Amino acid sequence: MIDINPRAQQHSDIRQAIREICRAFDSTYWQSIEEKAGYPEKFVETLTQAGWLSVLIPETYGGGGASLTEASVILEEINRAGANSGACHAQMYIMGTLLRHGSDVQKQKYLPPIAAGNLRLQSFAVTEPTTGTDTTKTKTFAEKRGNRYIVNGQKVWISRVQHSDLMLLLARTTPIEQVTKKTEGLSVFLVDLRQNAGKGLTVRPIKNMVNHETNELFFDDFEIPADNLIGEEGKGFRYILDGMNAERILIAAECIGDGYWFIDKARHYATQRVVFDRPIGQNQGIQFPIARAYANIRAADLMRYEAAQLFEAHQPCGAEANMVKLLAADASWEAANVCLQTHGGYGFAVEYDVERKFRETRLYQVAPISTNLILSYIAEHVLGLPRSF
Amino acid sequence: MHIVTFTRSTPDTAAKVEVDGNGAVSWGDAATVVNPWDEYSLEEAIRQATNVKGDTTVIAVGGDLHNDSLKHSLAMGVKNAVRVNADGLDMTDSLQWASLAAAAVNNIDDCQLVIFGKEHVDVGSDQVTYQTARKLGWTMLSYVSEILELDAEGGTIKVEKTVEQGKQILTAKLPVVISVLKGINEPRYPSFIGIRKASKATIPEWTPADLGIELPASSITHDAYNNPPPRDITSEIIEGETIEEKAAQLVDKLLEEKVL
Repeated sequence: MIDINPRAQQHSDIRQAIREICRAFDSTYWQSIEEKAGYPEKFVETLTQAGWLSVLIPETYGGGGASLTEASVILEEINRAGANSGACHAQMYIMGTLLRHGSDVQKQKYLPPIAAGNLRLQSFAVTEPTTGTDTTKTKTFAEKRGNRYIVNGQKVWISRVQHSDLMLLLARTTPIEQVTKKTEGLSVFLVDLRQNAGKGLTVRPIKNMVNHETNELFFDDFEIPADNLIGEEGKGFRYILDGMNAERILIAAECIGDGYWFIDKARHYATQRVVFDRPIGQNQGIQFPIARAYANIRAADLMRYEAAQLFEAHQPCGAEANMVKLLAADASWEAANVCLQTHGGYGFAVEYDVERKFRETRLYQVAPISTNLILSYIAEHVLGLPRSF
Repeated sequence: MHIVTFTRSTPDTAAKVEVDGNGAVSWGDAATVVNPWDEYSLEEAIRQATNVKGDTTVIAVGGDLHNDSLKHSLAMGVKNAVRVNADGLDMTDSLQWASLAAAAVNNIDDCQLVIFGKEHVDVGSDQVTYQTARKLGWTMLSYVSEILELDAEGGTIKVEKTVEQGKQILTAKLPVVISVLKGINEPRYPSFIGIRKASKATIPEWTPADLGIELPASSITHDAYNNPPPRDITSEIIEGETIEEKAAQLVDKLLEEKVL
């Protein structure tokens, strides 16, 4: 069958290389990982060793020096192949905060081993149980004492902690009542997880509806060397905002990859499955939802390239980055529903992978940013409507 | 030391290869891939060159169809790539092929080791491996399952060969041509940086004149290609209450047909 992505010939070398890797990690692999609620170690290791997760690190630090568009194609193809980028996508972009705001000493110390695949920085502790997306209300506090910070507080939904060597942490360093603007007084720290097990940091895994490693973190007089402060104390909120546009464009690409996977799977099944002596795909009741879902994936895909090009040109792209995340997450969820419906009962069978991908792509409606908050952003910042919260 | 390996682009093993209406062999619009056996020889060349701090070159014999495989090799980490081609080259003429291959190896300084994959999957043959060694006048070690030691200073190579009766350990003086088996290593995937470098690389093409040889005349003529005759297959599903009953019926039928 033809490739339903008309841009398949663009970045074809990257696409082919990722497809080649993913062929070795087929449906059986992902089902076995899911069955034991395991982490896809071998898959992540393979991507890491071939440098696919360090493509956004500049070549001067040993990375690939890729554009955001190229990076997005990598994640798109991983999801398009039926795999799940969520296990390791953050290794690609979390280092951006360190790259943009870290000191030369920090960058020289950490970026080359991250690029070489010897250090995993794929966890960023921001969300808290009582603050959610209201990040300025962050309660976790880092108090400076001499040459170290003492951290107390709690974080939740922090992904991949158990498969990271380093983690970024957002904490208040000045109480909110003592700052002029509530966005001030937050700081970002680099936490070395390897040396701190049992030293004031407790990691409690959260079982969830997808096979995704995510955790609650409890900080109890946890010490961080002052040298591990990223950038200036109190400016952490701005630092994390910097990384969000890239993250949203990359996550949107994963949704688009999922979308193409669902459409491919649905059209294949609809063509093969014969009921009442003809393929079910001959029925417009089956065709139209697949066609509509495909059109929406294509539209989101176009917005992805526009957002990525603006980002690469250092142009403002907050609106486009948010909109593509919204459009792509909606489109992949629509495609997932259509695919499941097309398969009927078989869609619920584990061996078809549809139910797994269905659960995985549902997450994008919520993480890393919920759909409603994107709509609020567009309403307020793009359309000039009054702030709703 | 310079280590040389060979590669070629072949139809994807999943592609349907057939004779088309013009009598030509065709695999439609199916993609070509690196000859699967070459993945292992490429990986081994990279590893051995790393160990002895040597250089690597991958050679393809034939037309620009093979540039894809050469670029794949560069993306894996082979340092240099070259394609050897000649007017009138018949890729099915192993003497022509080996003559070009050997001349290309002789054109590379300090080459002491040539590594081939076990065979060319598109033609199901490995005879060019032996003919290249013969044209070079070098020792040939086939079906190597492990290189135990490559001693650049001492000028020897120690290998484990898989033979029908078991394993064989051999040491040979360099220069040597070897062919390697599937299990010798786990080939790496092309890296992003490798792909980027490969995409910018220009593949030089060497001709017989560049190599100071004349292409031997081919003694082969291609009279006709034919698809295999259609197979007369009938299928029968064996019915029965139990597995044992079905198995007994199957055995009876196989005996009846003199299969067993």
